[in-house]
Amino acid sequence: MEKSIKKYWPIFLLPTFAAFAIGFIWPFLWGIYLSFHKFITVSKTTFVGLNNYVKVFQDATFVSAFWFTASFTIVSTVLINLIAFMIALALTRGIRGTNIFRTVFFLPNLIGGIVLGYIWQILLNGILTHLGLPLLALDARNGFWGLIILMCWQQIGYMMIIYIAGLQNVPSDLLEAASIDGANSTQTLLQVKLPMVMPSITICTFLTLTNSFKLFDQNLSLTNGEPAKASQMLALNIYDTFYARSGAQWKGIGQAKAVVFFLLVVGISLVQLYFTRRKEVQQ
Amino acid sequence: MAKTKAYHDGAVSGAKRTLDTCLSVFLGILSIIWLYPVALILLNSLKAETSISTTSVFELPIGEAFVGLHNYIYGITQMNFLSAFFYSLTITVTSVLLILLCCSMCGWYITRVNSLPSRLMYLLCVFSMVVPFQMVMFTLSKTADTLRLNNPFNICIIYLGFGAGLAVFMFTGFMKSVPIAIEEAAMIDGCNPLQIFFNVVFPILKPTMISTAILETMWVWNDYLLPTLVLDIKKYRTIPMAIQYFRGSYGRVEMGPMMACIMITVIPIIIMYLLCQKHIIEGVIAGAVKG
Repeated sequence: MEKSIKKYWPIFLLPTFAAFAIGFIWPFLWGIYLSFHKFITVSKTTFVGLNNYVKVFQDATFVSAFWFTASFTIVSTVLINLIAFMIALALTRGIRGTNIFRTVFFLPNLIGGIVLGYIWQILLNGILTHLGLPLLALDARNGFWGLIILMCWQQIGYMMIIYIAGLQNVPSDLLEAASIDGANSTQTLLQVKLPMVMPSITICTFLTLTNSFKLFDQNLSLTNGEPAKASQMLALNIYDTFYARSGAQWKGIGQAKAVVFFLLVVGISLVQLYFTRRKEVQQ
Repeated sequence: MAKTKAYHDGAVSGAKRTLDTCLSVFLGILSIIWLYPVALILLNSLKAETSISTTSVFELPIGEAFVGLHNYIYGITQMNFLSAFFYSLTITVTSVLLILLCCSMCGWYITRVNSLPSRLMYLLCVFSMVVPFQMVMFTLSKTADTLRLNNPFNICIIYLGFGAGLAVFMFTGFMKSVPIAIEEAAMIDGCNPLQIFFNVVFPILKPTMISTAILETMWVWNDYLLPTLVLDIKKYRTIPMAIQYFRGSYGRVEMGPMMACIMITVIPIIIMYLLCQKHIIEGVIAGAVKG
């Protein structure tokens, strides 16, 4: 059986592989190559060694974008997962209106990042004006919390769905055993439910961490990095370096930033998976 | 023992009922807050341009401020919304169909043939899911220009390349749990691998197809950066590009038409969601379990 399928590889494997090579492998390798070069057009490049990488860390906008992104990622990951888990707990009790609530909370997830950004820009600027505070584009701290609120609004529903699925999979005999042993609801939650939904927690923290860290569309439309790049996140900073800065050196530096960004994302994902996987229990 | 337990249950269920009612009320209020941003845009999209400012954003569209559907008509013509809708639809449909066909075939091959190319392909797919788009955006747009993949009708090849990771991962994850016996029976009956795939495996894959289709559609339809960099922005604009362009290019942003455009983007999504909510939520769960 395996042998006869193997002969058909040009039909089964090749189309996906070819597109994959064009859309991913080649741009990826070429990107690494270009990060060591100085260029304006890609046909004329000069090798500069690690020079681009040195300049990445000398670029103050990149460093500030890193801290902005890092604090944004931490705050949004904690808030989203905490609130999503609490809502999921409430919605697995069989209370009235469960289906309607689930539908409503998930809805924002389907709206695209650009549109989301503009919706919240209008709303938040309205609120800020009424409170007599500076608008989103004038104060980086407002921009930061604006992004957090937007991200919560968008992501909580998605994570809630995953947590609900996880909670529904907790075997009922375990819960019964806990109640016979006299566990109160807090004990059941912390010592039975929580360990059993650890796989969902792994997935949700992974998704929120990487989504927040790689955020681009919402950042572009809500604040566009204003004021003076103070609310710029890493992805937008890289985009800005490529397409908005004039000067021969910037494209190479942009590519080097992209490589650093890629390594950061891989590093964060691996560390996170290692720590939460360790806490998972065998069912 | 049994008696005391029953007694406790009665007390507990009373307390539980009060708590449940409180939760229902609380979540009800939260739901209204959740929907408020969309409602606000809807109300403002019905106002005259002069009545929209950051101070009057919370006022209702009544009296002179109310202009009916004027903003919608103006926005649709100004933004060339119909052509944007057409491009978005073309790109999404072609890309998702191509991804489903090619990746299901690839996923089946990977699970059934245990060779070095299969294993390599699988590893590459998993790897590609972690790589941020910024890493390849510049070189990808150059490659697309060189290969003439820069129009809405064949950009789907790029989407196949970039969306392959998740799709192949989903299909292999599902195929691993499907017993090989049926396929072997078909082979003994004289089917070649193509016939086996399309007559036997394809129908089995249907639930995974729906989940994958939903996840990929959510991604392609809302994607902003890839089409912006790959397509010629003067000729082709998808909906997210049109909205961003609308905002970015004019000296003074016309808020009314812009909110109207946001609403016409959001309304079809809400209708689609209400119609196939069950599939969307199952798709998300399936994606999360595999991912």
